[in-house]
Amino acid sequence: MGDFLRPLHRRIMLAIALAIVGSCVWLLNWEWLPKYMPVILSGIWITAWMTVVTMVLGMVCAVLLGIAQAAGPVWLAWPAKAYCTVIRGTPLLLQLWLLYFGLGSFFPLFPEIRQSFLWPILRQAWPYAVLALTMSVAGYEGEVMRGAFKGVPHGQLEAAKAMGMPRFTAFRRIWLPQAVHRALPTIGGETVLQMKSTPLIATISIFDIYGVARRITQDTLIVYEPLLMLAVVYMTMAGIIVLFFRWLESRLPTRTA
Amino acid sequence: MLTLVTLDGAASAFDLLAWSPPGWGATLVAGLWNTILIASGAYALGLAIGVLGAFGKLYGGPVTKDLLGVYTTLVRAVPELVLILILNYAFRGLLNQALAKLGYPPVELSGVAIGIAILGVVQGAYSTEVLRGAILSVPAGQIEAARAMGMSPVLLARRITLPLMMAAAIPGLANLWLTVTKDTALLAVVGFIELTKATSLAAATTKVFFTFYMAGGVLYLILSLGSTLVFGRIERWARKGQRVISRGEN
Repeated sequence: MGDFLRPLHRRIMLAIALAIVGSCVWLLNWEWLPKYMPVILSGIWITAWMTVVTMVLGMVCAVLLGIAQAAGPVWLAWPAKAYCTVIRGTPLLLQLWLLYFGLGSFFPLFPEIRQSFLWPILRQAWPYAVLALTMSVAGYEGEVMRGAFKGVPHGQLEAAKAMGMPRFTAFRRIWLPQAVHRALPTIGGETVLQMKSTPLIATISIFDIYGVARRITQDTLIVYEPLLMLAVVYMTMAGIIVLFFRWLESRLPTRTA
Repeated sequence: MLTLVTLDGAASAFDLLAWSPPGWGATLVAGLWNTILIASGAYALGLAIGVLGAFGKLYGGPVTKDLLGVYTTLVRAVPELVLILILNYAFRGLLNQALAKLGYPPVELSGVAIGIAILGVVQGAYSTEVLRGAILSVPAGQIEAARAMGMSPVLLARRITLPLMMAAAIPGLANLWLTVTKDTALLAVVGFIELTKATSLAAATTKVFFTFYMAGGVLYLILSLGSTLVFGRIERWARKGQRVISRGEN
């Protein structure tokens, strides 16, 4: 920190930044903040779990898509590649609306679905949000994992084979860990991107932090302050994700030559 | 797809996607045109910001470097949707306030212009990082040699740095183009009529959701696959004259 602040211009810039933050706090209207605090916290919670859950579920699919493309037979590799191309070639917003409005208008046509125990869940918006975000992670990370699987030195797999490891054990103990290790910095960056795409789910009436901020603007007609709050919340979450992955990477042993 | 269409409603996909008014073909293609227009404009603006930003980050003074660092970090940490809202209000509000101070009546900016400005600023941050990395990949000796020959900084950038960094920059720039074509969809949330908004309008009016979202998706897919082909050509062109060191297995 001492080194960071040693140059004079940094200290001046920091003073200017503090002045801007200070004037934002004092001059802008923050009276709505205590009243809406419970909704804001629940919004942050929804954004956080959406990011984590869809990232975890999506990574599981991505490993399968990656291995199918890297080592699978043609009839598995080709559909996996087509899936990744389609997901990466169309906007997430369009995919989300296709699932929500498309499936949402499609399911009620079947009385079997309407009478099933799943109907109370399928009537809500969040299953479609989770599905769309998970599919998106799977598509993007499937491509990343394909590269990571192919990047593992072939000698490692041959050594495992020579030791007489069954194929699945070799995958679990040798291939997967090394591929994930290689992909980890990319996955960290992609997690931030995933967190940044969660506000789209507000368009299908889910009150994540973005939806809450828009609702506050509608209620109070205050425009800038909720947007500033949003920016601060998202930057904080991005910072937490970056720090988490830095910590995770530091825990993994790397051999540097 | 046809089975889904019949489940959707009575009308057939061909009637709904026809060019003239009972069909929505013209609306979708107009939306696609807007998407391409906004994406190209924003991409060009982003590249211009990116070139300046990259040179500023590498060769600028300490204050320039720090300010550019703040810009790229802020833009890349906040969701595009939030930036679009903030910049949307900021551009319109500030422009009209400035006009009011000068005694002019407020103007209503066109959606395309605002979209280009907003996404251009967002793209600029990502372009800066891509181009900075590419400039760093130019062998230092080349730049030193040019300086030793007495080239001015602008001539050096034009003749040496920019052509040599092209090959390293193209893959990143191709990704940015694909990102910006998809980011234009976010403008649908603030009401600009681009492809996603046109699609959702058609879907909501006719209640035939699957057909239209599929059709919109196919148009996006054509755009992105076409762009990938074009960028592949550009990369081959930018790499001509480079030695092929290894034909990787990947």
